[in-house]
Amino acid sequence: MSPRSSSVGAHPVRDNPTKRQTWGRAQGALLQVLCLLLFTSLAFAQAIDPLPFKDHAQEVRFQSLTRELRCLVCQNENLADSNADLARDLRHEVFDLMQQGKSDDEIKQYLVDRYSDFVLYDPPMKASTMLLWFGPFLILLAGAAVVVVTVRRRGRAAAAVANDKPTDEGDDW
Amino acid sequence: MSRLLPFFGFLLLVLLFGFGIWWNTQHDQREVPSPLINKPAPAFVLPKLDDPAQTVSRDALLGKPYLINVFASWCIACGEEHPVLMTQGKSIGVPLVGYNYKDATDDAKDWLSKHGNPYDMVIVDREGRTAIDFGVYGAPESFLVDGKGVIRYKRIGPLTPEVIEKELKPAIAALSKEAP
Repeated sequence: MSPRSSSVGAHPVRDNPTKRQTWGRAQGALLQVLCLLLFTSLAFAQAIDPLPFKDHAQEVRFQSLTRELRCLVCQNENLADSNADLARDLRHEVFDLMQQGKSDDEIKQYLVDRYSDFVLYDPPMKASTMLLWFGPFLILLAGAAVVVVTVRRRGRAAAAVANDKPTDEGDDW
Repeated sequence: MSRLLPFFGFLLLVLLFGFGIWWNTQHDQREVPSPLINKPAPAFVLPKLDDPAQTVSRDALLGKPYLINVFASWCIACGEEHPVLMTQGKSIGVPLVGYNYKDATDDAKDWLSKHGNPYDMVIVDREGRTAIDFGVYGAPESFLVDGKGVIRYKRIGPLTPEVIEKELKPAIAALSKEAP
């Protein structure tokens, strides 16, 4: 409230238009923000484009399948999340194959035939991926072997030391 | 000896690390080897750029080797590759088939008239559907297809004078050796 409106009691309304204006402006701004938000959500919906799924189950299946497939353009993104043009094309391809009644494995194979195993986030077990699958266990085994050997050797050394000088302990390094 | 063991372990790690760095500078990390090498090229029927009423199919091109070069006017690396094709395209010894990928026809035509047309023929894949069959994931890409319609070599990324000399020409030479 401006001092004028309190002093001129006869015109309390005079101040209101400006107030209404500011409120109107705020409302306008709010509306604009809301519109913007609306449009961003639209843009987002378009980026991850809506596909005419038969039912919810199919949509869920589509989502989980595209999440297991890698986008070749942005190689750290999956097909479900990627905004790349090719990812959209491949999503449509996956969708079309689904409509044709292809199983998940058939769809994966379809993409593997074209883009190699790289499209799969979960690498298949075969001769060329043996090291990938079992390499960590080999390293674990090697580590375990080193530990066993060290412990045994130390144990033997400690025993030898104990036999020589039964009183001297703790210096068996 | 056992005192040196950690040192050898460290040395091993350094070697592995060094190998990793070396290996990653030796090859393009984004390159995905095509599973289509030495497999028949996917069957395609695509319209020509200059006359969309006419189509070109894989089977129509059987008999002689050719090089498919995937390009688009929107593709920046294609602009780098283009002068190389202009100067060396004729010298590689096989016809160049331009594969206009997901491009607007007018843009493609403008691009070719502005920068020159190194291709013996240009085919159009507006939707990029056939390109999926070829396993294209980024222009420019090039496929060497032999007379039997089998893909023999693929280059992902621009053809450079070095790549042409070291990879493409030997691959083409290998083809002409087989053919009588």
